[in-house]
Amino acid sequence: MPDFKRPHALTDVYLHYCPGCTHGIVHRLVAEVIDEMNIEGDTIGVCPVGCSVMAYDYFNCDMMEASHGRAPAVATGIKRANPDKFVFTYQGDGDLAAIGTAETVHAATRGENITVIFINNTTYGMTGGQMAPTTLPGQVTQTTPYGRNTDIEGFPVKMCEMLSQLDGVALAERVTVIDPANIRKAKAAIKKGFEYQAKKQGFSIIEVLSTCPTNWGLTPVQAIERLKNDMIPYYPLGVYKDAPVRNKEGA
Amino acid sequence: MTNEFLLAGFGGQGILFAGKLLAYVGLYAGKEVSWLPSYGPEMRGGTCNCSVTVSDAPIGSPLILEPTQLLVMNTPSFDKFIGAVKPDGMAFIDSTLVEGQSDRKDIKCFYVPATAMANENGLKGMANIILAGKLLKEIGLTDEAVIEKAMKKCIPPKKADKLEANMKALKLGMDFNG
Amino acid sequence: MAEKSLMKGNEALAEAALRAGCKCFFGYPITPQTEIAAYLSKRMPKVGGVFLQAESEVAAINMVYGCAGSGIRCMTSSSSPGISLKSEGISYIAGADLPCVIIDVMRGGPGLGGIQPSQADYYQITKGVGHGDYNIIVLAPSTVQEMADCVTKAFDLADKYRMPAVVLADGLLGQMMEPVAFDDAEIVMSDASNKPWAANGHKNARKHNIINSLYLQAPELERTIKERYERYAEIEKNEPVGVADYCDDADIVVVAYGSTARLAKSAVDEARKQGIKAGVFRPVTLYPFPKNELNAAVKNAKKVLVVEMSMGQMVDDVKLAINCSKPVDFFGRTGGVIPAPAEILAKIKEMGGNN
Repeated sequence: MPDFKRPHALTDVYLHYCPGCTHGIVHRLVAEVIDEMNIEGDTIGVCPVGCSVMAYDYFNCDMMEASHGRAPAVATGIKRANPDKFVFTYQGDGDLAAIGTAETVHAATRGENITVIFINNTTYGMTGGQMAPTTLPGQVTQTTPYGRNTDIEGFPVKMCEMLSQLDGVALAERVTVIDPANIRKAKAAIKKGFEYQAKKQGFSIIEVLSTCPTNWGLTPVQAIERLKNDMIPYYPLGVYKDAPVRNKEGA
Repeated sequence: MTNEFLLAGFGGQGILFAGKLLAYVGLYAGKEVSWLPSYGPEMRGGTCNCSVTVSDAPIGSPLILEPTQLLVMNTPSFDKFIGAVKPDGMAFIDSTLVEGQSDRKDIKCFYVPATAMANENGLKGMANIILAGKLLKEIGLTDEAVIEKAMKKCIPPKKADKLEANMKALKLGMDFNG
Repeated sequence: MAEKSLMKGNEALAEAALRAGCKCFFGYPITPQTEIAAYLSKRMPKVGGVFLQAESEVAAINMVYGCAGSGIRCMTSSSSPGISLKSEGISYIAGADLPCVIIDVMRGGPGLGGIQPSQADYYQITKGVGHGDYNIIVLAPSTVQEMADCVTKAFDLADKYRMPAVVLADGLLGQMMEPVAFDDAEIVMSDASNKPWAANGHKNARKHNIINSLYLQAPELERTIKERYERYAEIEKNEPVGVADYCDDADIVVVAYGSTARLAKSAVDEARKQGIKAGVFRPVTLYPFPKNELNAAVKNAKKVLVVEMSMGQMVDDVKLAINCSKPVDFFGRTGGVIPAPAEILAKIKEMGGNN
């Protein structure tokens, strides 16, 4: 059994997340990457508005709390003033793909050297389970009580697919954390994003398909099954783009 | 002593540039100066005007509604502003471009065929400077060293080769009798 | 001091920002402030600074939030409708106690309004820029040289009190050229060295810094706000500035700020020539409002006239400041119409100012 300690980049604060929620795993993966790269002292994280709003208490690096949807703009401001630091945002689907779509798309197309951790759980968690931009067709939420009707509510947004079309994006990868093999892949993707930052290679987004047992009304195990059976077919896992934007450092 | 210049014409005629030149002449002559453009969607081709105040005292309103000197380069601006010139004021009119004459007896009107003069002298596009030269002559701000210093300041380094032509245009205006 | 040259107010302000060590500018085009962005896009790369045209006003103010949170002097500029968009971000910046400078070159409103000069953002800037209990410092220049001087002061005050500072100008000041001079000092970009609170990487040398405005416990939020208001009390004590001209023996004191103050001054100069005892008082700081200075200026006056390029907004603060101890009349033009000194003089006469 390997030594399984709390990463240094996580504070000694109890996470407030619901049982079975995958936020905790993703937090840990980000923290492990920061530890492994030994960059905690040079990293600034930006939290969103959403369930992970208080992530500033959980990460041991310097943290900023952004207004709803604006994390990529906040990260841009930090990074432009401090080009040699590592800057990541941690955002949910409502934050990133609804109210903050413009900030996401433009930070991406500018090729900002930041890493975006995008938690897609197909719902607004913190406010109690309303329809998100990523809510699946037919999915029942508080504001789609008869199921998302694409004739009325339109279709889900596929961010990795969209962003992979932009020249400023170095890495767009969709992962999940429902089993050890996928957790390993997710961590590798996050690490690659941070490494691209180190080389000033452009914008990286790692979309993590995540569970929300509370708002889905499922047990944690059922939630993982739903993710496998319903979400992955709609949001296929994989690398949508992996093409460093800039060929030489700082170019 | 306060001179309030109103310059008006089409965008692209160099109205703002001529205004800037007059302001710099004022500045280098040791006066208080202000320069205010009309601004907005009227870039090239639209109507354009510019208020320049040159004064011995600090300047209050930079916006000139009743100029002591009007410099005008198209008919619509002539029609609009000629009546606003202060009594005993002056108007400098590009008579190549402006149709008609003023019947005001309380102001001095100078009809300068500035555009024709510019074209004849290989100074295309410098009718504004010819008119400015005439204006400077008539108000008596004619210290050549000051004017040349102002012109040098107004012409960006990239267009330094235009200095000589601009000075020539200025001189043409100053020497124009009519 | 170097030789004076003619600069537009917007350009003078931009140059002064650089000289104040403003390392980053984030903006979005809108008339009549665009020269600020255009000027800085040229100058910033030459002096090691950052110019970034954002995708929106909203993004720009949030870039300012991020940059300011990392302890670096930064600025955004806009005009009235754009400031409305920024207001959410300004609230967050105030709530996180971050210093930054925001420029509002006012135009007519509401809605798209027009692009001509206006002062109809007085309420927006001094009272209502965003949600929550907070104040921001507001400076109102009235000449091109002051556009430059105010931005320097705004950066200093913002840093001193850890809060946003606004330079409130209008299209007239932004677009006009007047002589302006800068000293010959070398441009030095700001860093975070005097900002121990900055989130700029803890270098494993301190506890992590958190930039935040979220307080889920009501008493904790109340305490934070009350501490902030103690700071505001200091500002209200230390920082008000107002300029009085001919007020000592004036029967009628005209109160005006920004470009309107110079129009009022012209009217008052003319009034004095005609033997009318008029004076003019100009608030230079709109927050903190120069209450004591105003009261001193109107002490011997019979009446007060407030002149604004709006339907009357600062007039409320004037009445409050003097506790309605004198009759306060108002004259304003709005929608982009600039009041003529002659109109102001006529109003002074109508109020009984006569020789």
